[in-house]
Amino acid sequence: MEVLAAVTTEQVQAAIADALAARTPLEILAGGSKTGLGRPGAAARRLDVSGLTGILDYDPDELTLTARPGTRLSEIAPMLAARRQMLAFEPPALHRLYGTDGEPTLGGVLAAGLAGPRRIRAGGARDHLLGFSAVNGRAEAWRGGGRVVKNVSGYDMPKLQCGAFGTLSVLTELCLRLVPAPETSLTLLVAADTQAAAGGIMARALNLPQEVSAAACLPDAIAARAGLPRFAPHLVVLRLEGSGASVVDRAAALDREFPVVGELADEGSVLLWQAVGAVAPLLPDPDAIIWRLCPPPARAAEILVALGPLAEHAYLDWGGGLIWLALPDAPPDGAAATLRAALGPDGHATLIRGPAMLRATIPVFPPMSPPLAALNARIRAAFDPALLLNRGRLAREP
Amino acid sequence: MPVLPPPDPGLIARRAAIAADLRRLVPGVSVLEAASERLAYECDALTAHRSPPLLVVLPRTTAEVAAILRYCHDHAVPVVPRGAGTSLSGGATPMADAVLLGMARFNRILEIDRENRCATVEPGVTNLAISQAVAGLGLFYAPDPSSQIACTIGGNVAENSGGVHCLKYGLTTNNVIGVEFVTIEGEIIDIGGKAYGAPGYDVLGALVGSEGLLGIVTRVTVRLLPLPPVARALLIGFATVEQAAATVGAIIAAGIIPAGMEMMDRPAILAAEAFVHAGYPRDVDALLIVELDGCPVEVDDLVARVAALAGENNATICRASRSDAERALFWAGRKAAFPAVGRLAPDYLCMDGTIPRRRLPEMLGRITEMEARFGLKVANVFHAGDGNLHPLIMFDANLPDQTEQAEAFGAEILRLCVAMGGALSGEHGIGLEKRDLMPEMFSERDLEQQMRLKCAFDAGALLNPGKVFPTPCRCAELGKMHVHRGDLRFADLPRF
Repeated sequence: MEVLAAVTTEQVQAAIADALAARTPLEILAGGSKTGLGRPGAAARRLDVSGLTGILDYDPDELTLTARPGTRLSEIAPMLAARRQMLAFEPPALHRLYGTDGEPTLGGVLAAGLAGPRRIRAGGARDHLLGFSAVNGRAEAWRGGGRVVKNVSGYDMPKLQCGAFGTLSVLTELCLRLVPAPETSLTLLVAADTQAAAGGIMARALNLPQEVSAAACLPDAIAARAGLPRFAPHLVVLRLEGSGASVVDRAAALDREFPVVGELADEGSVLLWQAVGAVAPLLPDPDAIIWRLCPPPARAAEILVALGPLAEHAYLDWGGGLIWLALPDAPPDGAAATLRAALGPDGHATLIRGPAMLRATIPVFPPMSPPLAALNARIRAAFDPALLLNRGRLAREP
Repeated sequence: MPVLPPPDPGLIARRAAIAADLRRLVPGVSVLEAASERLAYECDALTAHRSPPLLVVLPRTTAEVAAILRYCHDHAVPVVPRGAGTSLSGGATPMADAVLLGMARFNRILEIDRENRCATVEPGVTNLAISQAVAGLGLFYAPDPSSQIACTIGGNVAENSGGVHCLKYGLTTNNVIGVEFVTIEGEIIDIGGKAYGAPGYDVLGALVGSEGLLGIVTRVTVRLLPLPPVARALLIGFATVEQAAATVGAIIAAGIIPAGMEMMDRPAILAAEAFVHAGYPRDVDALLIVELDGCPVEVDDLVARVAALAGENNATICRASRSDAERALFWAGRKAAFPAVGRLAPDYLCMDGTIPRRRLPEMLGRITEMEARFGLKVANVFHAGDGNLHPLIMFDANLPDQTEQAEAFGAEILRLCVAMGGALSGEHGIGLEKRDLMPEMFSERDLEQQMRLKCAFDAGALLNPGKVFPTPCRCAELGKMHVHRGDLRFADLPRF
């Protein structure tokens, strides 16, 4: 494969102009930690933007960060932490899941639209990108959004770029909103006898005004892998964040409502949620395929029960709105049909990890209704009419 | 004053025929054709622009919307959508040759789902009605634009409305999780819903704030949040605007994100106090209202910390509410600021720009200088926490040139917002009002890319034409590819 390494916007433009002239698709790559996510591409050329790095402006007073897309999260997080700030959507580190040594980058996380456990409280990646610069499939440098949180000036282009996997433009600069980091983190462990009871606890907890910032449910075997004690068939974990006094007060309120059997404070709490976000409890089997199912949160328990043995290696995050599911022995279609049927029209499933052959044959991303699929194709062509950028990564393309 | 594209006399001549077609195609739908009926819809809240629409059509169902749009698409009839008509930017300003699609009859709350913490409603339901319907469950819908008693959720989706509480809880775009919408071709598309995220590109994200240019929303699912057990507000007065702005910065720097943080300048304070007698001090140059919500322990702690920060910045008065009645009184003046200013002058223009927070004092200084130059007075209210300004420019439309002067004044403020690194609109939208200022914020390339997105939804540019973009969307032209082989600059690109 021919690799073009760009370290400036002009070089990104040149690479796309060249590809456009030659009508040759380009694979876009930053840190390379998530190359296993999506349909396998067949591009003969790769545009490597991992050298497009650097923090251009960190403005703690305005709670904004402007950086180039190849900037590593491992560089950004400590810098923000030193000023007691953070990216609220808790971008997960999936390089271990993919067994790559690539480092997650800011551009990669946003292009993949990934968010961690705090999504239920703080929103997804999409809710934190304020503006960007990019190069579209016509090799034109352009800009969308701005640098302020409140902005209704033209279409919300940042939303479209999040989760587009670079198929609408190659990002060259990103401006994100930040939030103050909580002073403390405390996770309560709540025992549940059944999946349904666990689901009920999460729903009730999230309906209480205690500002639970993450809610997951781990079956005991998986809880053990996450380093948690085996108290009950299902362990619900609820995170509280904020000032010390406030967290203590809210924890007491939850303790009155639920059978709390233990707690993890500070570092222990932080590490648990990093593991939950990184799908660590499902990783010991490197060959298992991994699905991300998004049902309406209150339906999660019912879906898991209906899936029976297929759901043996599974846990819930996002209060039930996210089911991580590993299949060590999957049927030929990776169980896609069964899982998608169980979810029904109200939910959607993405194959997060699987062999290239499987990713080439089944829809990795959730299928869409014909009018929505047609609209998506028109949106794609509005940015990249020659379908150069990551061709075939999201869906089969000519 | 921005002008709408010249109406097509051919369409106006076909008014009766189009009305008859629509009545036949969509039996039972209200089609208002008489001049007196159309007059009621001649403007939205940007009242300077008035023109009765070609026809007013008031559908009740998604199927009716689809049939109407399909007809308009097939016969190249432009369509202007309208919710409650509270847009301050002219997002729903009618056109003499366009069908006004009034969505007010979509007024049912379809489902309240406590377990999934969401509600599904029709777009004509008012913003406040949602929170009222779920208050009994201890839940609320967070975005609260000041027109919330009248404005509809469909209009909120179109304009990505904010409100005083979006500092902590986000804008419409962060709180709407699904919509059903109809394309101009009459296709019905469902996107998002109770599950997190949705298949494909973030079409929902693109629809919110698209000002009726991409599709007609016929159903909305919103996220509901648990009502905070306690809310307290602080009323803080300062001798200078700089001190108030420094306090805002200090609160954020301390890691506190209040539920709301509002600032008023002296003319706004005096106008509000004279109108509602909220007990505002009359001898301060700037007033902050800071609201904190959450559990009681946390709120009491934050109230003390904010009061201390205000003291450090030389606040001359600082009162914390001790009851919900007192908190409501603190807010009463702020919430009545627009009508209060309305009593001081025959007309006012409400502007809406955003700047980085720290530049508030500089902006106020520049506005004072502009007041002298334009010979017009301004009262300022700000969503200070997120740098969103609402200067209210007072004028008298009956005096020669004053309307033009007021608009020129407003345009200069917005240009300055962009120059300071901000945006032309924080929450009211571009609409017709700010359309011609878009090139201040975006290059020709940027706008072309936005228009190409429009073309992906509405290739005939029939939905809400004349809004948002200063030049018409010519989709065929925008779609052409120009490849100049000779211009490629890839010689210096490292290859491996």
